[in-house]
Amino acid sequence: MSKKTNMIISALLLLALFGAVLGLEQMLPPTHIALTVLKKGCIYALVAVSMNLLNGFTGLFSLGQAGFMLIGAYTYGILTIPVADRASVYQYFDGGIVQFSVPVIVGLIAAGAAAAVFAWLIGLPVLRLKSDYLAIATLGFAEIIRAFFQWDKLGRLTNGSNLLRKFPTFNSIAFPFIVTVICIGIMVLIINSSYGRAFRAIRDDEIAAEAMGINLAKHKRMAFCISSFFAGVGGGLLAMYQTSIQAATFRSSMTYEILLIVVIGGIGSVTGSCIAAFLFIASSEWWLRFLDTEMYIGSFKVPLLRTGFRKVVFSIIVMAVVLFARRGIMGNREFSVSGIYDFFKKKFGRKEAAK
Amino acid sequence: MLKVTDLKVNYGGIEAVKGISFEVPEKSIVTLIGANGAGKSTTLRSIVSLEKPASGKIEFLGQDITGKDTDYIVSQGITLVPEGRKIFPDLTVLENLKIGAYMRKDNLTDDLNWVYDLFPRLKERHWQPGGTLSGGEQQMLAVARALMSRPKLIMMDEPSLGLAPLIVKGIFEIIREINRQGVTILLIEQNANMALRTADIGYVIETGRITMTGTGQELLVNERVRQAYLGK
Ligand SMILES: Nc1ncnc2c1ncn2[C@@H]1O[C@H](COP(=O)(O)OP(=O)(O)OP(=O)(O)O)[C@@H](O)[C@H]1O
Ligand SMILES: [Mg+2]
Repeated sequence: MSKKTNMIISALLLLALFGAVLGLEQMLPPTHIALTVLKKGCIYALVAVSMNLLNGFTGLFSLGQAGFMLIGAYTYGILTIPVADRASVYQYFDGGIVQFSVPVIVGLIAAGAAAAVFAWLIGLPVLRLKSDYLAIATLGFAEIIRAFFQWDKLGRLTNGSNLLRKFPTFNSIAFPFIVTVICIGIMVLIINSSYGRAFRAIRDDEIAAEAMGINLAKHKRMAFCISSFFAGVGGGLLAMYQTSIQAATFRSSMTYEILLIVVIGGIGSVTGSCIAAFLFIASSEWWLRFLDTEMYIGSFKVPLLRTGFRKVVFSIIVMAVVLFARRGIMGNREFSVSGIYDFFKKKFGRKEAAK
Repeated sequence: MLKVTDLKVNYGGIEAVKGISFEVPEKSIVTLIGANGAGKSTTLRSIVSLEKPASGKIEFLGQDITGKDTDYIVSQGITLVPEGRKIFPDLTVLENLKIGAYMRKDNLTDDLNWVYDLFPRLKERHWQPGGTLSGGEQQMLAVARALMSRPKLIMMDEPSLGLAPLIVKGIFEIIREINRQGVTILLIEQNANMALRTADIGYVIETGRITMTGTGQELLVNERVRQAYLGK
């Protein structure tokens, strides 16, 4: 199958998916849990792919995702709250110092850019460290940034420990879907470009990559900034989804959730991260809900079912996946139209041969 | 073409290379031979700045490249085939080759055809992840990858390591062929016999110093070399 047909069919499939999702949105009541899952899934897919770009494709183990999402969320919120609403949002800080507001798209791009700038600054000292130190340093950064954004002295910018509210949000799933598709599309282009090849070469063997003339510091910093940019955009989207922003919600557990998605989907697989994001959000928010409610069959009370049991089952499932499918759902392969085509051709071909 | 003068390299205070000088004339094959730990790999690594020399001078085509950035040195026309092959295992053969040409932005078709002509096996297997190639194929890939940068000087660190005698012969034939096509070669070998037969000039390194030099033929018949490195 040629590259072009592959591309066209993939694009058509994506379009069909988009249509199906929009159709679903029309049919279901607006508060239906499936729509929540799809919206949140889109955002988590975007952030998971951005983490995979760094951890899976460049081999840099960073745990700063929640921190960069926080920066993105705040940047988006601070820049897009309508001027008229600033007095009420920043009621304890004289209406804040920012007295303009930008369109949503500009806000999201700024969210990414702000996260990338922070990544660049942190990258200067931290990317010289060995990989495990990088994980510790970025985790520390995320914790510090969370405290920093709640600091009273910055209140005129960040509203201190109060909520940021009243910025533009989305109703339809179309918005996060489109933004996510565009962002992941850009990341896939980067991964398949000569830069992406250099990232993967660094992951495979740093010394050999350096001997080929790949400037390690420069390329690592580039991967770190790109990954953080898209985490920042994801943070902006998450803010829109939640309709308010509070630094305290961007805990390291958020980073671990995303890391889990990356591991479950397959380290080094973009499509794996996407599939895993939706599965993860669906099972944690929806499919396992019934475990949290007490249930009676006749007068028999089903044991174990009570609030919190869902989390136990969920953890067990995650452990089982990590133990038994060590390379995740997709390994480092990709789900692709041509892949399926080849698969069926092989199957079919074999049957023919058997006859 | 390459001139190394009084090069010293330390690893945390321990001198691994203690002031060596040698020259690689244009279009020649030069070999450095020496026992394990003599400092051969260190010398090559410091030429492309993978180790920073403590002192000394490295000149390439009349230009002082001592301590310059590796990517700059590669762009000037030196590549290293590192010890132990070090191909990229998860990248396909084709991607490995493209990484070799990373410093160049022009069209690669001619160069791919060139290395595929030298190593037809790689063409057959261009879709295969590098890590799944056999040892000999990986060595071919390592050499081909280095050639993709169109080097003026290619430095090979023990290309015959761990390969069957027949494959070793093949590798040396390729080395001569590459040299015939105008690429200068600096070769490190444990297999002193093959290396000296192939080389125009040889240097013997012992514990960080050069102790002998001569044409390949001269060293082959030298009594001390025969005893220490040819096992005769
Ligand atoms: N990264 C390093 N850190 C500390 N010491 C090193 C390092 N690399 C090499 N050495 C030491 O420097 C000396 C020279 O090593 P080098 O690798 O250059 O030897 P070599 O001549 O290539 O040997 P071989 O033929 O076994 O490959 C050795 O004593 C080695 O232990
Ligand atoms: Mg060596």
